[in-house]
Amino acid sequence: MAQNLNEDTLLEMYEKMLLIRKFEEKLYFLFLTRVMPGSMHQCNGQEACAVGVCANLVKNDYITSTHRGHGHCLAKGADVKAVMAEMFGKKTGLCKGMGGSMHIADFSVGMLGANGIVAAGIPQAAGAAWACRYLKNDHIAVAFFGDGAANEGVFHEGLNLAAVWKLPVVFVCENNLYGLSTHYRKVTAVENIAARAAAYNMPGTIVDGMDVLAVYETAREAVARARNGGGPTLLECKTYRYMGHSRFEKPSYRTQEEVEEWKQKDPIPAFAGRLKEEFMVSKEAITAIERKVDEEIENAVKYAEAGPDPEPDDYKQYIYA
Amino acid sequence: MEAKTIVQALRQALTEEMKKDERVVLLGEDIGIFNGAYRVTEGLLDAFGEDRVRDTPISEAAIVGAAVGAALAGLRPVVEIQFNDFITCAMDQVCNQAAKIRLMMGGQVSVPLVIRSPVGATGRAAQHSQSLEAWFMHTPGLKVVLPSTPYDAKGLLKTAIRDDNPVLFFEHKLLYGATSPGGKLSTSAAELDEVFEPAPEKEYYLPFGVADLKREGKDVTIVATGCMVHKSIKAAKILKSEGIDIEIVDPRTLVPLDIETIINSVEKTGRLVIVSEDVTTCGVASEIAAVVADKALFCLDAPVKRVCVPDTPIPFAPNNENRVIPQVEHIISAIRSVMS
Repeated sequence: MAQNLNEDTLLEMYEKMLLIRKFEEKLYFLFLTRVMPGSMHQCNGQEACAVGVCANLVKNDYITSTHRGHGHCLAKGADVKAVMAEMFGKKTGLCKGMGGSMHIADFSVGMLGANGIVAAGIPQAAGAAWACRYLKNDHIAVAFFGDGAANEGVFHEGLNLAAVWKLPVVFVCENNLYGLSTHYRKVTAVENIAARAAAYNMPGTIVDGMDVLAVYETAREAVARARNGGGPTLLECKTYRYMGHSRFEKPSYRTQEEVEEWKQKDPIPAFAGRLKEEFMVSKEAITAIERKVDEEIENAVKYAEAGPDPEPDDYKQYIYA
Repeated sequence: MEAKTIVQALRQALTEEMKKDERVVLLGEDIGIFNGAYRVTEGLLDAFGEDRVRDTPISEAAIVGAAVGAALAGLRPVVEIQFNDFITCAMDQVCNQAAKIRLMMGGQVSVPLVIRSPVGATGRAAQHSQSLEAWFMHTPGLKVVLPSTPYDAKGLLKTAIRDDNPVLFFEHKLLYGATSPGGKLSTSAAELDEVFEPAPEKEYYLPFGVADLKREGKDVTIVATGCMVHKSIKAAKILKSEGIDIEIVDPRTLVPLDIETIINSVEKTGRLVIVSEDVTTCGVASEIAAVVADKALFCLDAPVKRVCVPDTPIPFAPNNENRVIPQVEHIISAIRSVMS
């Protein structure tokens, strides 16, 4: 496994996971100190899914994301400063302060948007994939979504459409066990969401979403299948979110023991360990990445805080093209 | 050949735009070999092939969702939703996605998407008879078009396809000029009136937000849309013999709405009747009445009258349907009341 990976790619995956983790930890702090407006949904614990999949994509491949979209956006290569500025609702944000956390998007890197509506990005990814094939540009699309989205109608409509049109798209379900407070087994008829792929005549694969290399390898096959005209894949990453569904939530629906148990499988220190032991990456190299990420986030916060607010009437220019 | 029916006019518009721009693609239920429920896409599968004229599953949310994704990734999709009532199944993709993406993303992108769909009551009961245009007027980010003639239909559809925003393009079933397969009702130019102007074969684009005076007059302004334009023409002809001179303004696009032309007409006549086939409450007519009250109240010599569908689902029995859909006699009665 992972023989095809050179050290640069490995380190880049580590850096991206760490960036997402630290970015969200910083957001959490900024929210608690009430410097930052709005609400947010954190993906702490799920970083390996976004990073393992996106490491297989090129800049002009498309992704659609969810309300829990910071990780996908950063993994796809969006500029950290501009993402942070958007969290602050600043004019210097990726979306000029008009979208915020829940609508973060960066079209310059193919990130078509986080989404406040569960599962809405699924048919959009199918459509983007259709455009890629029609325009013969060799690109593909990936839809990220959660276990809750698998019970929305557009999940089924979108997968069916993608399958009958044999579109170059990968559907990535990050099954973090809970749709807000509801355990997926209480509301989902199957143990494995990947099993639903059979209904749409596409491969369905399950992978340990806490293992970035496993995600990388599994996604690599699905991405290659899409790019080579083999049609869509449903990839289910078994994962967990450490934080609540959104801000200021009482964790009434799960135990602290459960959270701690999953934290034992944390993808980031586990990967750092493997980098040292299996891939002979030096301790210094790892530390250097950690310092770089810290610095990048500090700079992003400074950039965001220093940026101007939008003018009160700025919204008007964005309603219509 | 000039297009004497709206079906032909729409087909010409689609053909011309597809020839001009390879990014224009069509998708919808039964638009290929079946030619579309109202035959608008007849011949287009043969002319442009399956890559560009795509039959879809009966999955309205995925149809519009895929069209949104394709628009974001460089295409200019034209969706056909078989009956406008079925757009309800795709409301999230229309109203939360297509309409809002541009603003949410801070103008990084636009969503060049047209959704064509038939409106109007033709004996098909409550779920195939509505006129839902007002719903979409209530969602900023969308444009809303409702033509009443072949000439307008062609020029406006071409503009819609060129527009970089999501456009809801509504077509009245009784004005298509073609019978749907198995359908009993058909209309033709001959059964309508002189304002049902054919579309010339040459290329032209009609701007959005510019109303058309379908008839000039000095006593009463009628603002009417779609099929109601023609019923209003009939009413005007009848009342002409009584010496009542009626002006008919057809907004053609409801978003953007040509307020100026409406106000100018009301300033001239002092009386306003609004005729629309959507339901009364919070409808097209409510909005136009509110705008006139805001901007031209002191020009009015009489209360503003709305002639719309009462607040009811459309009933099936023909005599009940006839009762709730605005008819010529309803329009005449409203005009008499503002003249009295």
